Amino acid sequence: MLGIIAAIIDGVLIGSVYGLAALGLTLIWGVMEVINLTHGAAIVAGMFGLYLLANAVHIPPYATLPLILIGGFLVGIVLYWISVHRLMGRPPLMILLSTFAVNLVVIGLGTAAWGTDLFNVPVSLPSVTWGRYTFSGTHILAAALTTAIAGALYLFLYHTKLGKAVRAVANNREAAELAGIPTTRVLSLSFGLGVALAGAAGMLIATMFPFTVLSGDAYQLKSFVVTALGGLGNPAGALVGGIALGLIEGFAGQFMPVSWTLVIEFVLFVAVLIIFPRGIFAFRRA
Amino acid sequence: MSGKTTGTVAGEQRASLRRRPFFWIIAAVIAAFALAPAIGNNVELRESLLLATVYITLASNLNIMLGYAGYINFGSIVFFGLGGYTCVYLISAHGWPLAAAELAAGVAVSFLALVFGLGILRLRGAFFALATIGINEAVQAFVSNFEPWGGAAGLYLPTTIFKPLGGPMRALWVVYFLLVAVMGASLYLSYAVKSSKFGLGLIAIGQNEDAAVVLGVPAPLYKALAYSLSAFLPALAGGLYFFKSAFIQPSDAFDLNLSTEAMVIVMLGGRSTVTGAAIGAYLYEELRGYLLTSQTFSSFQLVISGALLLLIVLFVPGGLMGWIYGRWPRGKEVLE
Repeated sequence: MLGIIAAIIDGVLIGSVYGLAALGLTLIWGVMEVINLTHGAAIVAGMFGLYLLANAVHIPPYATLPLILIGGFLVGIVLYWISVHRLMGRPPLMILLSTFAVNLVVIGLGTAAWGTDLFNVPVSLPSVTWGRYTFSGTHILAAALTTAIAGALYLFLYHTKLGKAVRAVANNREAAELAGIPTTRVLSLSFGLGVALAGAAGMLIATMFPFTVLSGDAYQLKSFVVTALGGLGNPAGALVGGIALGLIEGFAGQFMPVSWTLVIEFVLFVAVLIIFPRGIFAFRRA
Repeated sequence: MSGKTTGTVAGEQRASLRRRPFFWIIAAVIAAFALAPAIGNNVELRESLLLATVYITLASNLNIMLGYAGYINFGSIVFFGLGGYTCVYLISAHGWPLAAAELAAGVAVSFLALVFGLGILRLRGAFFALATIGINEAVQAFVSNFEPWGGAAGLYLPTTIFKPLGGPMRALWVVYFLLVAVMGASLYLSYAVKSSKFGLGLIAIGQNEDAAVVLGVPAPLYKALAYSLSAFLPALAGGLYFFKSAFIQPSDAFDLNLSTEAMVIVMLGGRSTVTGAAIGAYLYEELRGYLLTSQTFSSFQLVISGALLLLIVLFVPGGLMGWIYGRWPRGKEVLE
């Protein structure tokens, strides 16, 4: 019983980071109805960003977070212009293919540079003991930073003029354009934000678990599951969905080997999509 | 590619595919594949063409979903891998003869695809694509954990399995001819689907699913059937391919490269054309042969197929056949 409760609380901590990653995917979908298949590559880029900055440049691990956010934002804007802008208004199939192609290029370059070996970034943080439970410090800090980033995103979307423009474009792009909002710039900015969030999530995951160049696919699948649970295009749903997924993982991990996780998650993904196509935690979009 | 032309073709000539030149073009391609390496017993050429038959089979069947129905199937390799596993397992654990194991693999994988398809194909566009991306990861994780199939270590076939086919040397030829037959069947299937009412429905779904439904196309059923149909021949090809190597493991059977390559091939040759999938496969195979022998490029294979796919999607969405049709509009009457 003790083990289960600890595992579930730990699951919530980790799940909030899954929620952060899914926030990036869901933001892009919500604003422009594009599924960003470079999502997995962005997560891996965040992981290796941490690895390179911490190991080669000797920046303290958590100080890389703002750098990765800024870098991810800029890369995301470039990606928008390369793989999405030209294809807006064409069949959605084309953007899926183009972002998938960029994903291949990134993963291919990563594999050529680092192979598929396991990497680990040593982060030493004291663990926290609470009564009879002990929690890893990296998990707690990751959840705290996730909350901070999600809070900042909320403030941006709901309390700044630019954030209002993003919501307007998400609501109705033509009407926003007529109201004088530079929609193309808003779209590229949103794509940048989405990639930055995925990169940040990757960085936080890398402080907790070892990773390879190919880890992106598994975490991308987790983001899909989270968005299926929370409803695609719904930021609050993504966070709740992430925590739900963490809970499920923590709980399932007590009863079966970890290597089954992907299978269970996929079954869950398909089942949720079929039974609740709008998501279980789909709150009304503001 | 206009729906109207296909409509007339489907209406008037459904029964007389054999009278059209394209039927004989396919036959000539099959004959060339079968005869070229057989003359002079050229084993090296056979091995290179063997890979081409696999590419053409995967690409032609992927084209039924990606080209005709406009649905991306990122996990087409799952059919190939599961077909391989079913076939190798039935032979190694239950001693089935190759023909029976092959047939069982094809039927089992198609049936699974039908069940799965009926579920996920109610999902529109993007969601369907997400499900097919996940399925590859999930099936690979499942097989790696599934003990009867050898888990992550895979399954081996003893060398004695080649005896009924007349020893290892002859067996390799038999497998090659069977793969050529599977490839031929794939091309004819693509062609037959394209010229049928069913294919017309798929193409209508690809152009505008809402309009197609209003006009009476049973979209979910058609999509599930197409998904299932496009699973059968790749499963056979997978069975033969892994029978030949007498060894199967999850990372080979569900190789992401191969499913990516099938997509690149379809886009390179031209979506929703039968000829495009074949020519694209041939061109890609040539390119790949060159890249693999070049030291610098061999480690950048994924990068190059990704970059190629991106360039095609951005600048030549019609692929090679789109370009040919643009230059020579009458080509549509000869090359499907």
